[in-house]
Amino acid sequence: MKRNKVRYSEIIPKTREWPIVKLSKNRKKFVSDVAGEAIGNILERKKNTSLLDELETTVYKEKLRIRANPWRVDPKDESKYWNTIQRRVQESQNTSNPREAEEAILKDIVNRYANEIAGNFRKSSYRFAKGFITFGFARLLNAARVKGFLALFSRQLDLDDKIRIIGETEHIRELAKKGTVVMVPTHLSNLDSILIGWVIQFLGLPAFIYGAGLNLFNIKIIAYFMDSLGAYKVDRRKKNPIYLETLKTYSNQALRWGCHSLFFPGGTRSRSGKIEKNLKMGLLSTAIEAQRTMYQKDGDKAKKVFIVPVSINYQFTLEAPVLIKDYLKSTGQERYYDESDEFSTSYKIATFLLKFFTKGSDISVTIGKGLDIMGNYVDMAGHSQDKNGNPIHTRDYFISGGEITVNEQRENTYVRLLAKRIVEEYHKINEVFPSHIVAFTAFKLLQKRNPKMDLYDVLRLPNEDLTIPYEEFREGYEIIRNEIVAQAKSGSVMITDQVGSELDESINQGLKNVGMYHAQRPLIRKNGSIIVQDSNTLYYYHNRLEGYGFEKNF
Amino acid sequence: MALKKTSKKPIGVIGAGSFGTSVANILAENNAEVILYARSKEKAEIIQKKRTSASQRLMTNIRITNDLSDVGSECEVIFPVVPSANFREMMKSLSPHLRPYHVLIHGTKGFDLNYGEEETESPNVIKREHVRTMSQVITEESSVVRVGCLAGPNLAKELADKKPAASVIASEFDEVIEVGRNLLKNDRYLIYGSTDLIGIELCGILKNIIAVGAGTIHGLGLGENAKSMFISRGLVEMVQIGKVLGGNAKAFLGLAGVGDLIATCSSGLSRNFTVGTRLAKGEMIDQIISSMEEVAEGVKTINLMHDLAKFLKIRVPITETLFGIIHGSLSVSEAHTYLMNFPFRAEIDFLD
Repeated sequence: MKRNKVRYSEIIPKTREWPIVKLSKNRKKFVSDVAGEAIGNILERKKNTSLLDELETTVYKEKLRIRANPWRVDPKDESKYWNTIQRRVQESQNTSNPREAEEAILKDIVNRYANEIAGNFRKSSYRFAKGFITFGFARLLNAARVKGFLALFSRQLDLDDKIRIIGETEHIRELAKKGTVVMVPTHLSNLDSILIGWVIQFLGLPAFIYGAGLNLFNIKIIAYFMDSLGAYKVDRRKKNPIYLETLKTYSNQALRWGCHSLFFPGGTRSRSGKIEKNLKMGLLSTAIEAQRTMYQKDGDKAKKVFIVPVSINYQFTLEAPVLIKDYLKSTGQERYYDESDEFSTSYKIATFLLKFFTKGSDISVTIGKGLDIMGNYVDMAGHSQDKNGNPIHTRDYFISGGEITVNEQRENTYVRLLAKRIVEEYHKINEVFPSHIVAFTAFKLLQKRNPKMDLYDVLRLPNEDLTIPYEEFREGYEIIRNEIVAQAKSGSVMITDQVGSELDESINQGLKNVGMYHAQRPLIRKNGSIIVQDSNTLYYYHNRLEGYGFEKNF
Repeated sequence: MALKKTSKKPIGVIGAGSFGTSVANILAENNAEVILYARSKEKAEIIQKKRTSASQRLMTNIRITNDLSDVGSECEVIFPVVPSANFREMMKSLSPHLRPYHVLIHGTKGFDLNYGEEETESPNVIKREHVRTMSQVITEESSVVRVGCLAGPNLAKELADKKPAASVIASEFDEVIEVGRNLLKNDRYLIYGSTDLIGIELCGILKNIIAVGAGTIHGLGLGENAKSMFISRGLVEMVQIGKVLGGNAKAFLGLAGVGDLIATCSSGLSRNFTVGTRLAKGEMIDQIISSMEEVAEGVKTINLMHDLAKFLKIRVPITETLFGIIHGSLSVSEAHTYLMNFPFRAEIDFLD
């Protein structure tokens, strides 16, 4: 199958003009600006209350974290640093002006945090990493497909043969020229960051900055790519208000610098395989705040912040077995997730990548339509439109009594509305593969057969109840597929071509691909029957299609 | 009296019915100017000439208009108070004049029924997704997000007579509650705030069902004991429906729930209560409706809830019975025999 390849030119050909490059050149100043603003915000909030409590709690929590959950990436002097801070906090109370001493300690902590968060973007290693991903992977791909060493130098196959980028690609390119883009992808796998990094450069966009979980920096390969692709570090173990304020200010200021940013608003990888519903408000709120600040400063000339939802559509998630186990185990309590899954070592990742590029499991990435920070669609020029296509001035959302006002409660509510809109868009740009449908059909059949059982009972069904006659399965698949096709027509979801192919062919495609590299395939066809081999991963892949009501005619 | 000119811009009120007029007069006490919109041109002219609307004298700083664009372009805060049946249509006409900086606080206690683009299989099938509250209609039809609702025991006649009263403004936005309170409150009118917008809207809507029922008991002359029993049972039914529709039980025990219920179930000043009373006296529903100057939302709500309950698979004995009465399949006294024998609880078990 030969596709006409689309090549995107770089929208800003000169790397030195990229906002992220400008920012990293001024890293020192930027970090100190961030720290300054964060300190200002905290002091403003603590104008009339004691700083002491906040400092003491922070010291306590940090010391607890160091003992309970140390990571390899943690700086060597962590213990020593926090001991010193603790001593200084105690001593501050004996000085003539405790408040002054407390503020000095606060400044010290914020500066340390800001430096820790800041990324280490380097132009040279970006070029290298970028080259490695596109060139190296392509070589790998060819070596595996076209036998022989010389194939390493062939250009027969490229990465974009493996990954289809669909949706509003021209729109995001236009928006990146007109304002600041905040890309918000769905998050299933640790592969996502690398994949999105590649998508960004493939589309000819300048590098994006993004908050990556500090745990990823434990892994050397990933740490290298992260650093060079513009990542800043987000440490989810630190939940103290001083850290969170610094982190938010960092993201906020970077947006105001015009740095396109990438957030995974789901926070962590979706444990259940479902499209995320509960988005993390923290980073989204910085987009709204940054936009408001830009309007305050630059009035009508302010640049706009654009939210671009992106859906990464896998047929196979390497970590699925661990993630779903985690999900089923979790009782909704907050806890540290076990980080030792298939993505925990460089070796495991390398093995996976090799498998991934040699065997072939299609991935698609859908670029959604750009939104303003209130979730209104914007046109090619970046102008917001209401549901009827009438123009809206985004600035008006911040106006009360004729002028822009700062109102935290209002903006918190806006964040909730935006999150809701992003989730709506996720559903629309989710691309369904036959493999999702076979998993969905099989699981729904199991549930239908056992109407009185709850989820956990269904997952624990004995082997003899896990065989579905092919005819029954086929019938179910057809009903569900018809509903999906109908909903795709009305724009509530997207489908690949294979979904629409001849029924048995479509089912075969699905069976071939569903969870194809797991030690235990979730679903196989044997002796004219469909057999469920692993209910947990079946449930995981089924979850991707939950929430649409595809089963309503079932 | 020192007039506080809270708002420099005029405040808009859409709908010159009795409640809309009362709201306009209260606003006019605190603020420099109020624009009151009346739908029909003739009515607007008559109001302007007589300076009287819904039998209430208008304050001198109320300007009458028949043009929605005046309201949209001149006002930043607007109070839409039109019957639920006309609400969406009004919003469609108002929408081109609205911007995201507008604040809308509505005072309409009814549902909107909208099948959207879906082809209706049969007009009797009402699903959850067809039913909206007014705040949802506002956000669907316009770019306004800062929306609130005004609810509570507010018999328009008493407000007009300047008797003391209190209301609730509910909104997801603290600033909407604040703005509304500053514009409305005075020494005989208290404003409470709530963040449970949908809950407060549901209180106002569902209590009208019970008001019609209480009216029938009054009409039959069954006495205060019977009426109180009925109201208690009614409250349970309200909460059950409200919870299924996404409200919070707490709202129903506050001013907009119990508070409003007490006012509307004990007064001939309530339209819904009056409908019930006249039904009990043997009048037909069409006759009652056509003789009333203003819409009694309760009748529409009973019809809608009756069908919606089937979809939601919940039992709503009071609503069902009233539906029977309205449509002539039950006489009022049959209905009461039925309710006396129905095994329901007046006890509250919904606070968990």
